[in-house]
Amino acid sequence: MGRVSGKVAFITGAARGQGRSHAIRLAEEGADIIAVDLCESVPSVNRFYEGATEADLAETVAEVEKLDRRIVATKADVRDYAALKAAVDDGVAQLGRLDIVSANAGIFIFGDQSQNVSEQDWDDVNDINSKGVWHTCKAAIPHLIEQGTGGSIVLTSSTAGIKGTPNVVAYTASKHAVVGIMRTLALELGPHSIRVNTVHPTGVNTDMIQNEATYRLFLPDVQNPTREEAAPAFGSTNALPIPWVEPVDISNAVLFLASDEARYVTGTELKVDAGYTTK
Amino acid sequence: MGRVSGKVAFITGAARGQGRSHAVRLAEEGADIIAVDVCESVPTVPYAGATEADLAETVAEVEKLDRRIVATKADVRDFAALKAAVDDGVAQLGRLDIVSANAGIASFGAAEDIEEQVWQDMIDINLTGVWHTCKAAIPHLKAGGRGGSIVLTSSAAGLQAYNGIAHYVSAKHGVVGLMRTLAVELAPHRIRVNSIHPTQVDTPMIQNESTWGLFMPEEKEPTKEKFAAASQETNALPIPWVESADISNALLFLASDEARYITGVPLPVDAGTVVK
Repeated sequence: MGRVSGKVAFITGAARGQGRSHAIRLAEEGADIIAVDLCESVPSVNRFYEGATEADLAETVAEVEKLDRRIVATKADVRDYAALKAAVDDGVAQLGRLDIVSANAGIFIFGDQSQNVSEQDWDDVNDINSKGVWHTCKAAIPHLIEQGTGGSIVLTSSTAGIKGTPNVVAYTASKHAVVGIMRTLALELGPHSIRVNTVHPTGVNTDMIQNEATYRLFLPDVQNPTREEAAPAFGSTNALPIPWVEPVDISNAVLFLASDEARYVTGTELKVDAGYTTK
Repeated sequence: MGRVSGKVAFITGAARGQGRSHAVRLAEEGADIIAVDVCESVPTVPYAGATEADLAETVAEVEKLDRRIVATKADVRDFAALKAAVDDGVAQLGRLDIVSANAGIASFGAAEDIEEQVWQDMIDINLTGVWHTCKAAIPHLKAGGRGGSIVLTSSAAGLQAYNGIAHYVSAKHGVVGLMRTLAVELAPHRIRVNSIHPTQVDTPMIQNESTWGLFMPEEKEPTKEKFAAASQETNALPIPWVESADISNALLFLASDEARYITGVPLPVDAGTVVK
């Protein structure tokens, strides 16, 4: 008996990284999955790292199916509410219910002091990281309320949703906004026994941070910084002696919050940050 | 394979309530237990304390799960006794991985009316006792060289104000300061430190007329039923209180390797009372 057996989870940004890890971890514990991903690069992000692809999303599907769980995967943009709603509606129609929501899709743009951030960068980050989270909830909540069996919504924020981060203003604002969404939804949905919490990762070992542009954020004076050179710099931000955490560490926190073991946990910011915000 | 198989957990206040629930839940998932409890009533506390018979029941429940338990009658105010209990438990069980600083009391009074002794007992047990627990355990965790997980039981009252329990609110806020400092001090040893913040839990600490009265100061004849309605008002979820098992499940998560990089976190298990 898995810890989320018989439940259905809707996950955004599920093609790779944390989103794929969440899909697999929840499937391992018995859940079926509704997966969406943009499966495209966002132009303003391309100078840092490339977006996921349809092949990535197909790989998530294959890994979930290998666990004998069902998955309905759709190419959809969290900025496009109609597309997102259609994907959730279709997933619920095929899988029969909805219990868990992981609003995970996000992008990372950084490097400029606030007064130099372009309008496009600000809009892309906030459209995806905060408005996209709202869209995800907006598309899912009617299913949760109508079903009448409660539910667990987990929004992926960041250590940047708790602390200021120099030269990362759009991302920091977007991740703080996620906390505001969470706190408001926790109160609005409490009467329906629908719980809403955030997770706040430190650096996670995914494509979003494993790129030269991000290494340079930590090592501004190094010409072509490598993963090996960057690791101690990443590590210096954490209290625990590690450079970054793995996607599965965030998935285990999502699993806990999604499971009935956390049936009375709501309105909580759960940091998975190796002590980053305590240090 | 349990989620904390092969680990040893030290739990204070283990005779009944949340502490017993923690011992049983961790044992279900494979841990052996070092249990302590004062097994006496505290004169300034308006409900009866646990007894040696309660602690014996915890022992029986853990042993029924085929786990080992070393139980000692010890007061968290008495560092020497607490240290002796931990040292003995580690000697018998071979290691230490998890610490649950759970022992605590409740008493009541407006800030200007709290007697000196009532204030002192509260701070001595709910704050200094938590520090003593950590002080006795940390050398064993460090010596083990395998990291560890310390979970301090604070309260929703460790994060927000409540009328009529200034000493409790102060002690439980103090626990958060202790948690944050220990998280930073012990991180180089991979020892994680977090706190749990329950709303009202269905235990003897809550289910007594004094506590009911705190939630219904105008009510002449407080009952459990009337308390349920008043208590539910404080939560965002439509429930009057949580069960000890809910706190134990949060403790289990924080104690397990699934939370291997979680430290410095105040984790509310509070049905949304803090966010409300």
